[in-house]
Amino acid sequence: MLVSVYRYNPETDREPYMQDVEVSLPEGKDLMVLDVLNLIKERDQSLSYRRSCREGVCGSDGVNMNGKNGLACITPVSEVATSGKLVVRPLPGLPVIRDLVVDMGVFYKQYQRIKPYLQNSTPAGGRERLQSPEDRAKLDGLYECILCACCSTSCPSFWWNPEKFVGPSGLLQAYRFLADTRDEATEERLADLDDPFSVFRCRGIMNCVSVCPKGLNPTKAIGHIRDMLLSRAT
Amino acid sequence: MTALRKLSFDAVVIGGGGAGMRASLQMAQSGFKTACLTKVFPTRSHTVSAQGGITCAIASADPDDDWRWHMYDTVKGSDYIGDQDAIEYMCSVGPEAVFELEHMGLPFSRFENGRIYQRPFGGQSKDYGAGGQAARTCAAADRTGHALLHTLYQANLKNNTTFLNEWFAVDLVRNQDGVVVGVIAIEIETGEVVFVESKATVLATGGAGRIYASTTNAHINTGDGIGMALRAGYAVQDIEMWQFHPTGIYGAGTLVTEGCRGEGGYLINKDGERFMERYAPNAKDLAGRDVVARSMMTEILEGRGCGEQGDHVFLKLDHLGKEILHSRLPGITELSKTFAHVDPVNAPIPVVPTCHYMMGGIPTNVNGQAITQVNGKDQIIPGLYACGEAACVSVHGANRLGGNSLLDLVVFGRAAGIFIEEQLQQGIEYNQASEEDVDRAMGRLNQLDSNDNGEDTAQLKKELQSCMQNYFGVFRDGEYMKKGREELDAMRDRVANIAISDKSKAFNTARMEALELQNLFEVAEATAIAADERTESRGAHSRGDYPERDDKNWLCHSLYHPETKKLTKRDVNFKPKTVESFEPKVRTY
Repeated sequence: MLVSVYRYNPETDREPYMQDVEVSLPEGKDLMVLDVLNLIKERDQSLSYRRSCREGVCGSDGVNMNGKNGLACITPVSEVATSGKLVVRPLPGLPVIRDLVVDMGVFYKQYQRIKPYLQNSTPAGGRERLQSPEDRAKLDGLYECILCACCSTSCPSFWWNPEKFVGPSGLLQAYRFLADTRDEATEERLADLDDPFSVFRCRGIMNCVSVCPKGLNPTKAIGHIRDMLLSRAT
Repeated sequence: MTALRKLSFDAVVIGGGGAGMRASLQMAQSGFKTACLTKVFPTRSHTVSAQGGITCAIASADPDDDWRWHMYDTVKGSDYIGDQDAIEYMCSVGPEAVFELEHMGLPFSRFENGRIYQRPFGGQSKDYGAGGQAARTCAAADRTGHALLHTLYQANLKNNTTFLNEWFAVDLVRNQDGVVVGVIAIEIETGEVVFVESKATVLATGGAGRIYASTTNAHINTGDGIGMALRAGYAVQDIEMWQFHPTGIYGAGTLVTEGCRGEGGYLINKDGERFMERYAPNAKDLAGRDVVARSMMTEILEGRGCGEQGDHVFLKLDHLGKEILHSRLPGITELSKTFAHVDPVNAPIPVVPTCHYMMGGIPTNVNGQAITQVNGKDQIIPGLYACGEAACVSVHGANRLGGNSLLDLVVFGRAAGIFIEEQLQQGIEYNQASEEDVDRAMGRLNQLDSNDNGEDTAQLKKELQSCMQNYFGVFRDGEYMKKGREELDAMRDRVANIAISDKSKAFNTARMEALELQNLFEVAEATAIAADERTESRGAHSRGDYPERDDKNWLCHSLYHPETKKLTKRDVNFKPKTVESFEPKVRTY
């Protein structure tokens, strides 16, 4: 199979380029894209990419495959290759450090900005805080985020305003804490988000939803935050 | 030498998994200058893959639950070489540590009364084995590790821990007095080598499951801390004890939680027989992991395996129904579809025992202080600490119970943090490392960077992994292990002679993988020698030529000494502080 991989080494390359590599795939086995990258790396150790769990839970290997963001480790080649060709590029919109490795700094900064931790100053006593299964269920579809950045780097609003628009991933996490019945900082959280950019730059394009490897729905979470901001204003 | 940039901290924790971040959180909370140095962004650490839960007697599923019952189970599970003072500490302090996690925001699943959901796991009992199966594993669906790791990262952000993300620790730096005063580390993005100096150095580098070809472990589980300790000449304990998880997905190796069996799933052979009823009439599919893994291998070896090759068995879940699968085991449903092309709602998952956990590691006391032995006497290694899978405190002995790894890393990450806090408050003085001290720690990296012609990392890694898989797996035998040791002997010089063709600085993963392979090799060699020399069967260590447990000679820890490559014995602690000790009994389920 022909694999076209984005290459850039800041020490030796004046500019990035696409490298075409012929990879022979084992027959009768549908490899994951990460397996293919590993095969290439066995021959050319200079190819750089991140990987860890290889089962879709650590979020290391978000890349762009034939135009769509996803995790290399749980994306079968057959699912993305078109006309027998696999094209692998770094996640779009972030500075490239080397090859498929991007600088996630601004992405993490937006995550930190929403204060991604439970805030509750009421003494909890010697046991857990109680939460009904119904209230706990409100966190489903939110807490599972793996911070792979597939969503935010597929979002045109984030491409334009990565410093000001929190982005789908950060907002999903913001709502995860807004929705948690154990959190007491709802008002402060909303006040922090109440400006024209942080939330309202979302235009409902829903690229985030179509690429999320965990099947999460940031657009829906953003909708809930908008509702909360609007009812707070009235 | 070229002068290295130096960063100084009160404490540096190597590893950003559950143990490392629980330790760093503790120290950061009390205002000490704490760094968490991790080769991957913290939430990429392998704790994220833990599924089923964290076992702890919080008395939610059963209001009468008792940590002493948990202790009994853990001692029995360890096949009696877990240290009873450490197990006592873990089981009794556990509830406090778990409630703290809940207070930090961990999204545990809940019972109707609002308390934390607990499910049954293997090896759990009530009333010291007399009261039947317990349900003691606290869970966030089947994503407990993910929930726990993210919660700890968030708590560290809240408390301003300094994160050195994507930094790779190469080797320990010791001063003239033999005190560990920090590490040499590479900032991966730039390739810059830095001396990270610290009053306390905590190894929380996790396991090394990548010594085997088939493993549930992440690519990053390369035993970096164990490698560093062995190169520094420190002994490792019970390193022959490797857990093979009964249910790795056939072909892919990815984990399917024991929680599946806790929720009512069971294993079947090619005749559709629930074979665990024969091997463990009481606990059945929830016997100890070593027992279940061996039973599966026996089914396969005796011709009752499934599939064309008869080389796996099936995990049946469909009878649980769609609703239970989707609410309690959603991650498994996803993984099974992706890696086994099977929807467990309709069909069973093909599974096979797969390397999962390193029970052995750097010996420590309950305060996380690393220990070595000199002339048969325990000696604290000044400045060095370990916790989590890299450590052997030892609470798992010869076989870890499901759900006890998350408890171990939280309790002992916390304990190490608390102890170091106290030490820092009292003041820690030490002699600065000299240039020579730093140079010594740079030796391995310099050698790698200056080598132009040598061995290829990828090729050697394959040879190493297949050697370990073939000769040191679920069933072991002296004759085969000798062969394995010979192969490893022949590999040692080659591993020292790795050459990388790519010597660039920026995000050079080739350099990292070469250094990781050298760590894997250290762990593999220690495993091989210890496995060959422990002439008995106990827990996960099962030998055809020595099929019985030998309490007369081997009711003890093994200590592997890297400089002499010899194994010595170390006493197991049978002196818990508040309860009677549990005496060894025949271990049946």
